[in-house]
Amino acid sequence: MASGFFNKNVSETQIKLKNRIWLYAISFIVLFLLIVPSLVVIPMSFSASQYLEFPPKEWSLRWYENYFFSWKGNGFNDWMSATWTSVKVAVLTIFVATPIGTMAAYGLVNGSSRLSKILFPIFISPMMVPIILVAIGLFYFFVQFKLVNSVLGLVLGHSLVAMPLVLIIVFSALKNYDMNQEKVARSLGATRFRAFREITLPQIKFSIVSASLIAFLTSFDEIIISLFVAGGDNSTITRSMFLALRDQIDPTIAAISTILIIVSSGLLISVQLLGNKDKSS
Amino acid sequence: MNSISNNINQEELKRLAAREGLTFFGLTLPYLIMVIALIAIPVGWLFYLSFIGRDGTLSLENYERMWKSKAYIKIFITTFKISILTTIICAAIGYPLSYFMSQLSRKWANICMIAVLIPFWTSLLVRTYAWLVLLQKKGLINNILIESGLITEPLKFVHNTTGTLIGMVHIMLPFLILPLYANMRSIDKDCLKAASSLGATPTRAFWTVFLPLTLPGLLAGLLIVFVLCLGFYVTPAILGGGKVIMAAMKISTNIEMYFNWGAASALGVVLLVVTGIILFVASKLISLDQLGNR
Repeated sequence: MASGFFNKNVSETQIKLKNRIWLYAISFIVLFLLIVPSLVVIPMSFSASQYLEFPPKEWSLRWYENYFFSWKGNGFNDWMSATWTSVKVAVLTIFVATPIGTMAAYGLVNGSSRLSKILFPIFISPMMVPIILVAIGLFYFFVQFKLVNSVLGLVLGHSLVAMPLVLIIVFSALKNYDMNQEKVARSLGATRFRAFREITLPQIKFSIVSASLIAFLTSFDEIIISLFVAGGDNSTITRSMFLALRDQIDPTIAAISTILIIVSSGLLISVQLLGNKDKSS
Repeated sequence: MNSISNNINQEELKRLAAREGLTFFGLTLPYLIMVIALIAIPVGWLFYLSFIGRDGTLSLENYERMWKSKAYIKIFITTFKISILTTIICAAIGYPLSYFMSQLSRKWANICMIAVLIPFWTSLLVRTYAWLVLLQKKGLINNILIESGLITEPLKFVHNTTGTLIGMVHIMLPFLILPLYANMRSIDKDCLKAASSLGATPTRAFWTVFLPLTLPGLLAGLLIVFVLCLGFYVTPAILGGGKVIMAAMKISTNIEMYFNWGAASALGVVLLVVTGIILFVASKLISLDQLGNR
């Protein structure tokens, strides 16, 4: 019976299961290594010790306390105000990157193919140019306009890296959408804007919402631009974490990491659920 | 009579079409302005700075330094070594995993895909920190190895090349798997059936039929990983512990510690040119549409 199981064909070319065991073994190990390491920080964050032992010998919430009660003058790092800056910047990034990216996607889908052939590579260039170069370029540029260490500077920098993602998501949603529906509306007397708002928008809204969630996450996780452009009272959470990690292994970072894992998994699940909605409706 | 009114109509239509085209271009303008103001002008300015010497005059000293100074040559070698090794390791473990996933039913493949996507969307810093915790001297991995009696002294996994490579492979792997898996899924399985009906052994069918069909996806994945590695900063800075210095880190220290904009810009320009050449050659090999569709 068991030998029958192992001699089962598992592919089009009649490979036996027993010849495939190595493939399954490698795949499971790799999948395990992809997920588990990030999750190790969760039990670590509840450890009472300030050394990172695994598994923790005693449990406590002291690192969460350390994080949540770290207002100015209380403790070494001002984690709370850094978190507040990150949230503020990420929310503002949604409102800059999403409309600009959506408008550009609409223009590229409807415009001439020559226009999109020229503009598309330019528009995804923020993803292609090494981010460190963008960061020092922005730093130099912002110094001239006194935008260094300002929320506005951060929002502009983060929008720049979030816009290509918005563009790609909305662009592919519009590609799957039948633009003739707008033509119908306009032949019945609607203006182009009204046709977009009442006919197109409701049908691609979930893609736009998931694009804006991704814009939020991109900004929230962004490190390099923040390292150069943020500072003083406007440090972001990732910047503070990076600087703390370079110096010492502070277990408070395990607590913050746990919170970040929960936030990004939550957003990812929403994006996955939303992604299927436009297609099914 | 008829033809004249037709002409007028045609002209009117042309005018309308031109106006439409202008509207669409107008919609892309804010994006274009952002890219010009925040990338083209600043990077152009850095390009100019890279040709300014220490004394403030036009000179090539920033570029000369790169091939004369041993420190810079070492940085280039480190950068390429780490990037190539990361890319090769990613391909070696990412290809079997993608292949495994492409053979599963949609439902199970999607479940595996979650395992690939969760680290993809987890903050880079969190993942780097997790590896720092796991790999340190008294970390979980050393503890397990010592308890199992395989080693007596803790091995040094972090603050060196090993740690940097482990962290970078973990971060880059999804970038390789996503295009490769999409490519493998789109392959017509009948090709493999045809090969075996013509007498090919499973091994031969894999090497002569399946593998060549997956080359576009593999190439796209390798390329994304390699280009991202070249400019990588956070993971080598933390897991390398100052011992693995890659180009992006040198750019940063040039500015933060020495305020040497010329040297930093020149290194940045070299990084940009190398990236540009790789992407250009690649776009000739695989059409950009393929990359854009993913």
